[in-house]
Amino acid sequence: MKQFSYRLNKEAKLMDSMDEVSKKAGNMSEEELFSFAEFNESEVERTGYSNYSYWRSTLHAFFKSKGAVILLALLAVLLLFTFIQPYLPGQYDPNMIINDAKGMQYRNIPPGEEFVLGTNSIGQDLWARIWSGTRTSLFIGISVALIEALIGIVIGVLWGYVRKLDFILTEIYNIIDNIPNTIVLILVSYILKPSVKTLIFAMCLTGWIQMARFIRNQILIIRDRDYNVASRCLGTSTPKIIMKNLLPYLVSVIMLRMAITIPEAIGNEVFITYIGLGLPVNIPSLGNLINEGRALITSPALRYQLVYPTIILSFVTISFYIIGNAFSDAADPKNHV
Amino acid sequence: MLKYLIKRIMRSFLTLIIILTVVFCLLRLMPIEGYFPNFEKMTPQQIQVGLQEMGLTDPLPVQIVHFFQKLVHGDLGVSRIYRANVPVAEVLSDKLPVSIKLGVLSMITALIIGLPMGALMARFKYRWFDKIGTLFIVCIQAVPAAVYYLFIQLYATKIMGVGLLFQINDPKYWVLPVLSMSLNNIAFYGMWLRRYMVDESNKDYVKLAKAKGMSEGGVMFKHIFRNAFVPLAQYIPTAFLNTVIGSIYIESLYSIPGMGGLLVTVIKRHDNTMVQGIVLLYACVGVVGLLLGDLIMVMLDPRISLGKKEGDR
Repeated sequence: MKQFSYRLNKEAKLMDSMDEVSKKAGNMSEEELFSFAEFNESEVERTGYSNYSYWRSTLHAFFKSKGAVILLALLAVLLLFTFIQPYLPGQYDPNMIINDAKGMQYRNIPPGEEFVLGTNSIGQDLWARIWSGTRTSLFIGISVALIEALIGIVIGVLWGYVRKLDFILTEIYNIIDNIPNTIVLILVSYILKPSVKTLIFAMCLTGWIQMARFIRNQILIIRDRDYNVASRCLGTSTPKIIMKNLLPYLVSVIMLRMAITIPEAIGNEVFITYIGLGLPVNIPSLGNLINEGRALITSPALRYQLVYPTIILSFVTISFYIIGNAFSDAADPKNHV
Repeated sequence: MLKYLIKRIMRSFLTLIIILTVVFCLLRLMPIEGYFPNFEKMTPQQIQVGLQEMGLTDPLPVQIVHFFQKLVHGDLGVSRIYRANVPVAEVLSDKLPVSIKLGVLSMITALIIGLPMGALMARFKYRWFDKIGTLFIVCIQAVPAAVYYLFIQLYATKIMGVGLLFQINDPKYWVLPVLSMSLNNIAFYGMWLRRYMVDESNKDYVKLAKAKGMSEGGVMFKHIFRNAFVPLAQYIPTAFLNTVIGSIYIESLYSIPGMGGLLVTVIKRHDNTMVQGIVLLYACVGVVGLLLGDLIMVMLDPRISLGKKEGDR
């Protein structure tokens, strides 16, 4: 709908400018209209020049979608705040168990003056834990997306472009795809200590194959299009075809895929914590917090411990999803006007 | 076609064997402490005897051959820790029906709601129904399942007047788990059916049908839907077969005695025979689902042929 009305606007503008030109022409006298134009070198140069730049048009199109821009700004503020928060005055350490004057722990204090979001069942400040957890989860999400994209693109391109590899990689895909992820995750966490790095490693270990398969399918569709055949006939080297002809075509889908991977990785972290293989409790993450909150679900007075992390989690994942969609729309040259 | 099928089935068997071998080897990588609950107190002899009983002292290739020999005779082995000395097949046959019933019900719900939703969204493209549907799909896809499952359990159980925990014989208790399980699939079918139908509606045969004077609704459901459904049909057998895996979240939230958390539990407790049995089940489901999906696609759309080498690209 938006695009459609956008196009209508463009057309209306074009019509207006044409009207103006014809009006101007109407003002000119007969003699002016039928005299020869002088040769002007700068004019000649000007007509052949297009100032189309792919990334500028992409950004231009992206900033047209207001909702995504607002979410992006909010997300950036959120990310920035997770880094600033520990340095603000009057903050507690996310792992410190806070005692009152008599040496008793502040257990399950509801949100109020002293603790902005209350404390958890062993007397840690929920506000500090939530920000620290958001930082961890975002870090996991973004790292996983970047690593998966890198490995996935390299292998996916080879898989799609080199026919000899197709059979082997397809078989590898069938095997990896059928080994339950949990086995790999458990083994990795047995062999290595549970930590952020282990978690990222374990998620990437099997996750890249999905990205690779996605890229492979796209490459298969476009590798034998006429422009690539022509390019090959003219003797362009394979690396150049891949870099210049194929990959730019895929920017929008890769972006979309990455934007979906980030919330997926964050969700996976929650899931892994849920089945009891996640990060240790002294590294707060959204998964840890939600898991702690879930244990208290039956008592309505303590439900705030579940609700706040959930709000942040939902906000982060929805934002990434919407921004990713808007950006991939913008990155598609068909939508550049 | 028949030749292709035979070749395909042979290859599926090969894939299955490789998967099982890989998992088998991975399991042997686990530290041996896990096999014995009181490892610290045991003497080396006791450990040796224990390992010998489990057949873990043989060289790895011998173990693998033993495993496959038993498997060919239909013997999955005996659970050692999870339920001591109960055959794996028996443990699974206790749990499977619950998960399958839950999963099949939720798949049917998803198809009944998701397909009409996608079709109507395509029919009323860019109108309010489409917008509401898109909003719903975005929310379901972006919010982690753990979160909305929890809130459904929290608030809907109150509205329905049922307890938090599941009771297998009361149909009222089935509604919420089935519904929450189907939400994700509703969004999936809705989104892709809309996408394919919108793509399809720009094709020439649609224009012809319209030019003949067919009604908008008639074109939508007699022509466009049938073509747009083909790529989706491929996933349906896999989805139905996947119901045997169960849902870890749903089943543990409502305490449903299904397959859901079984794999995680048995891996954590080092019950190797159980793990192998479950992995075999999962892998079979995956491989058979893919095969059935391709067959259904051929049946629905005579233009697709699997026999040709480049036909599926």
